[in-house]
Amino acid sequence: MQTHTFKPDLPPPALSVGVVGWLRANLFSSWFNSLLTLFAAYLVWLILPPLIQWAFINADWVGETRADCTSGGACWVFIQQRFGQFMYGFYPSELRWRVDLTLWLAIIGAAPLFIPQMVRKGLYGLAFLVVYPVVAYWLLHGGSFGLEVVPTSRWGGLMLTLVIAAVGIAGALPLGVLLALGRRSDMPAIRVICVTFIEFWRGVPLITVLFMSSVMLPLFLPEGMSFDKLMRALIGVILFQSAYIAEVVRGGLQAIPKGQYEAAAAMGLGYWRMMGLVILPQAMKLVIPGIVNTFISLFKDTSLVIIIGLFDLLNSIKQATTDPAWLGMATEGYVFAALVFWIFCFGMSRYSVHLERKLDTGHKR
Amino acid sequence: MKMVKSTLAILTTATVLGVSGFAQAGATLDAVQKKGFVQCGISDGLPGFSYADEKGNYMGLDVDVCRAVAAAVFGDATKVKYSPLTAKERFTALQSGEVDILSRNTTWTSSRDAALGLNFTGTNYYDGQGFLVNKKLGVSSAKELDGATVCIQAGTTTELNLSDYFRANGLKYTPITYDTSDESAKSVEAGRCDVLTSDQSQLYAQRIKLANPDDYVVLPEVISKEPLGPVVRQGDEEWFDIVRWTLFAMVNAEELGITSANVEEMAKSTKNPDIARLLGAEGEFGKDLKLPKDWAVHIVKQVGNYGESFDRNVGSGSELKIERGLNALWNKGGLQYAPPVR
Repeated sequence: MQTHTFKPDLPPPALSVGVVGWLRANLFSSWFNSLLTLFAAYLVWLILPPLIQWAFINADWVGETRADCTSGGACWVFIQQRFGQFMYGFYPSELRWRVDLTLWLAIIGAAPLFIPQMVRKGLYGLAFLVVYPVVAYWLLHGGSFGLEVVPTSRWGGLMLTLVIAAVGIAGALPLGVLLALGRRSDMPAIRVICVTFIEFWRGVPLITVLFMSSVMLPLFLPEGMSFDKLMRALIGVILFQSAYIAEVVRGGLQAIPKGQYEAAAAMGLGYWRMMGLVILPQAMKLVIPGIVNTFISLFKDTSLVIIIGLFDLLNSIKQATTDPAWLGMATEGYVFAALVFWIFCFGMSRYSVHLERKLDTGHKR
Repeated sequence: MKMVKSTLAILTTATVLGVSGFAQAGATLDAVQKKGFVQCGISDGLPGFSYADEKGNYMGLDVDVCRAVAAAVFGDATKVKYSPLTAKERFTALQSGEVDILSRNTTWTSSRDAALGLNFTGTNYYDGQGFLVNKKLGVSSAKELDGATVCIQAGTTTELNLSDYFRANGLKYTPITYDTSDESAKSVEAGRCDVLTSDQSQLYAQRIKLANPDDYVVLPEVISKEPLGPVVRQGDEEWFDIVRWTLFAMVNAEELGITSANVEEMAKSTKNPDIARLLGAEGEFGKDLKLPKDWAVHIVKQVGNYGESFDRNVGSGSELKIERGLNALWNKGGLQYAPPVR
């Protein structure tokens, strides 16, 4: 019996596979795209070589003073010499282990929350959220159990940036969720209070809030009663960001179909259990991108504390460039600051993508 | 609404009461002695005047005032806590009692002295707006700057002074304003402007930032008066006197040839009655100020006389290399003059 043998498939046209195919599909698919590609390539060619020349080839990496920077490119010696100050601010160098320990405790303490098999995750998470801030404050500030006090005026650098961002996020998220719920509440008094609060704080720029907290507030307080500057900034940041979070969360709440509320009510759940067990888990999942967006902008906004004389990462760098021994190192400093900020913000956005994928259960397209 | 209302109420009350009402004579010294340190408001970073080194120690001409006051009060120049303040915060911080002294390159003007409830105790640096030009231009006086493009480092009065000066001399110019000193330094270097104007003390710092500092020169003309000095709250004359005489002691020490190296020996063996009175070997002049007898010895020993402090922070011993100029002693052609201790 004669069997029919198929001819082997012809290879795809050479121009649609491999590098050439990819290029044709992605970069040169039309005359307009080709033009854009060429233009972009020209820009890269214009910018990249001098940048690499400056940042790497002509750069000085080792040394102790500005006299060691002889090559004409970037003087990374400055960053290297001041690295401790950029990370810890004026935190006494012999006590910096306390900052490191605080960070390690955060990493180790939070690690179990990322293990999928972990049991009683919620309970552990709650305990961590209650215990950790107390321990962190005790470690950073000291003052009891034999730890020397390090006043917040000596905090600075990346550490201060992280403290403001972490406290801001940890404080603003719960407050924001409560405000969002309050704004959608049936009780007029609560609704009015929440709307007023949100609209007030959304209506003023953060820079104004910080400025008021540091310039106006002390005038109203009795003499001698001085409120910690960092504390004032933290409260300002929390109140400000909670208004934004509230609006993001409210968007999520509105996206949940009414049937979900009714179903939960029909099952006999009260308000808090309905919100906690049915509505919020769905709503929060929906608004992850929005919340992370707010967090990223909060993290970057921390550098605004520069106007009230707190030494966050950016201000520490700025301050170091006023040392006569390192005058004129501003470019190196700002490039370094940009790099650090980018690493953190990129990390956050990657984590949010991961979180969205993990939690994407009901809305797969 | 409620919040707005109560804020308004507080604002009104604060305005009615006035913010300067609460300083009482002697209160600051007592409070300082009780807490054991001087709280000093400084700049958040100004080359030569207040800046921090690698270890986080504050240094500079303004910082030295704080240290000298601590040395006078406690005999220990390290008993200072610093509050870095931005230009906008500085007066509030002093008025509200957050700091005891404000030593933050603050220009002494009539409105600040009279209207803010503050007192300037003296001048630790006579500054003034000046010009930095490239030597290539061949200009030796600001009067030759007709038609120049001027880079301005934005300040409170920089633009005004400049336009006044050029108008008074019938010169034309094109201004370009920058917000930060780094930007303006870069644009001078790139040749976007012929001349850079700012306070002279800052021009020297700017010059270091340039690739070839030796190609640039600061012109001799000073077009504005900017006497910078420490500030205290009005109404506490005792504390005012202490800060004022701390500065005078440093200037007097320089005039009398007392340095941190020879002060102790001088205090023991001097035959000069002026020196003996200043250093407490003769008379009880410290007691009048409610200070220890050897207050001036501690100041000079730990901080140095005015000339030493100047050289170390902004003068020949520093990177800035600012000439003494107006800040030389009165008998050497400058303006630094201190009344005698007698």
